[in-house]
Amino acid sequence: MGVVGFLLVVLYLGVGAALVVYSNSILIGAIVVGGLAWAQWYFSDKMALASMRARVVTPEQAPELHAMIDRLVALADMPKPRVAIADTELPNAFATGRSPNHSVVCVTTGILRRLDADELEGVLSHELAHVAHRDVAVMTVASALGLLAGFITRWGLYFGGGRDRNSNGVPVWLVVWLVSILVYAISFVLTRTLSRYRELSADRSGAYLTGKPSALASALTKISGDMARIPTRDLRAAGSMNAFFITPAIKSEQFMSIFATHPPLDRRLENLAKVSADLGRPM
Amino acid sequence: MSFWDSLLGRSKPKQANLDALFAVPHAALTLQAGAGFAPTGVGAVCYRENEGGAFSTMQTDIRALLDADGGPAVERSQDGFGFTWLLTRHDAQDVSGLVTDLHAVNSTLENHGFGSSLLCSYVGFTGPDDTPLGLVYLYKRGTFYPFAPAGDQRRDNSLELQVRGLVGDDVPLEKELDRWLAIWGAPGL
Repeated sequence: MGVVGFLLVVLYLGVGAALVVYSNSILIGAIVVGGLAWAQWYFSDKMALASMRARVVTPEQAPELHAMIDRLVALADMPKPRVAIADTELPNAFATGRSPNHSVVCVTTGILRRLDADELEGVLSHELAHVAHRDVAVMTVASALGLLAGFITRWGLYFGGGRDRNSNGVPVWLVVWLVSILVYAISFVLTRTLSRYRELSADRSGAYLTGKPSALASALTKISGDMARIPTRDLRAAGSMNAFFITPAIKSEQFMSIFATHPPLDRRLENLAKVSADLGRPM
Repeated sequence: MSFWDSLLGRSKPKQANLDALFAVPHAALTLQAGAGFAPTGVGAVCYRENEGGAFSTMQTDIRALLDADGGPAVERSQDGFGFTWLLTRHDAQDVSGLVTDLHAVNSTLENHGFGSSLLCSYVGFTGPDDTPLGLVYLYKRGTFYPFAPAGDQRRDNSLELQVRGLVGDDVPLEKELDRWLAIWGAPGL
C-alpha cells in the first residue's frame, strides 16, 4: 500500500507537470489536481462501495444490523448513515461519504460471521465516530494539500530556475524533480501520521459511546489475528481501500510504522485500556 | 458537540436532556380525553451499561433508591441489543409519580457522569381495544414520539401519526420520522 501509494503520486505529479508544460499555465494543472481531489471526496461513498462490490441493504434485508445502528445513532444523536454489506471473507468495516448526511457504513460478511454482538457494536461505533469526525473530508484535504505542495514546488522551481539557468550545474529538471518528490514525501509521512491519530480518536470516541472499550479491543484483536491468516492475494485486491478500513488489510510489519495508515494494535489496545480505566473510576 | 471538536477528532458523547420528561402527565390527560388511551402505570428507562466497577455500583444505588419508597421493586432486564431496561410500576393514575421515578434513575446516572449512556425511556398507555402504546422520550434529542407495536416486528404507523397530532401541543415531538426508533423487546410494552 505504502509503495503503491507513493508510486501513484509520482505518476500524479508527472501528469500535473506534463499539463503545466503543455499548457504553460499553473492554473490548468492546479484545477485538474484540485478537481481530482474534489471528485475523490464528493464521490467517496460511491467509489468505496463500488471498489468493495458492496451493496446498500434495507432494514428488511438486515434487520439486526440496522437495529444496532439505529440505537447507536440515537445514543450519539447523529443522522443515520446508509448501511452496506460487502460479500467478502475479509473481516473488515469502513465508513465513507462526503458528510455525515451522505455517509455509508459498510461491513463485510466476514466480520459479521466472526464477531459477536458486543464486538460488532464496538466496530460500528468506531465507524460512526469516523463519520462524526468527518474523516473522509479531513483526509482528502490533507492529502490534496500534500499533492498541491509538491505540485507548486515543481512549478515554482521550473519557472523560477528557468531564467538564470547555470549550464555547468546539475540539470534543472533533475533538481525540480527531486525537490517535488521530497516535498511530497514529507507531506506523505505527515498525512499518515494524521491518519493514525484519527484512528485513535475514532477508537476513543467509539468506546465512550458504547461504554465498552474492551469489546472494541477484543474485536480488534480478533480481526488482526484473522488478517494475518488470510491469503495475501485476497488482501492485495483490497489494498486501495486500506485507509478507510478498521484495521489495515496488509500486514503492517512489512512497512515501517511511520508509513502505516493505522496505529499498531498494541498502541490501540493501550488507548482503549485508558478509556476503560476512565470509565471504571468512581466520580 | 461542537464542529471543531468533531473536526479535531475530540468528540464527546452528547449528554442527556432530562427536563422535558415532566411534560408527560399533560400528554397523558390529552391522550385519555382525545383517544381513550389510559396510562398503564408502567414506565421504563433504557440505557447502555458501561463496563467497570463505577457503573455497577451506581446501578445497585439506583435500584435501592427506587425500591426504598415501599412500592413495587424495579425490574431490571437486558434486551437483545445489549441495552439495559429498568422497569418501574406505579398506580395507573399516578403518572406524575411514575415520571418522578424515571427522573430519579436519570439524574442518578447523570450525577455519576453516565448521562451520555441514556438512550430513551417510555411511559406505557393502553387503548380501547388493549392496543399497546408507548410515549417514548429520546434523551439526546429532548423529544418524544409514539411507538405502537402491532406484533411481530410491525408497528401501527397510522395510530402513531394520530397520537402525534394529539399530543403535539403538550410535549416536544420528534420531527424527523426516521429517528422514531423502534424499541422492540421493551419490557412491559
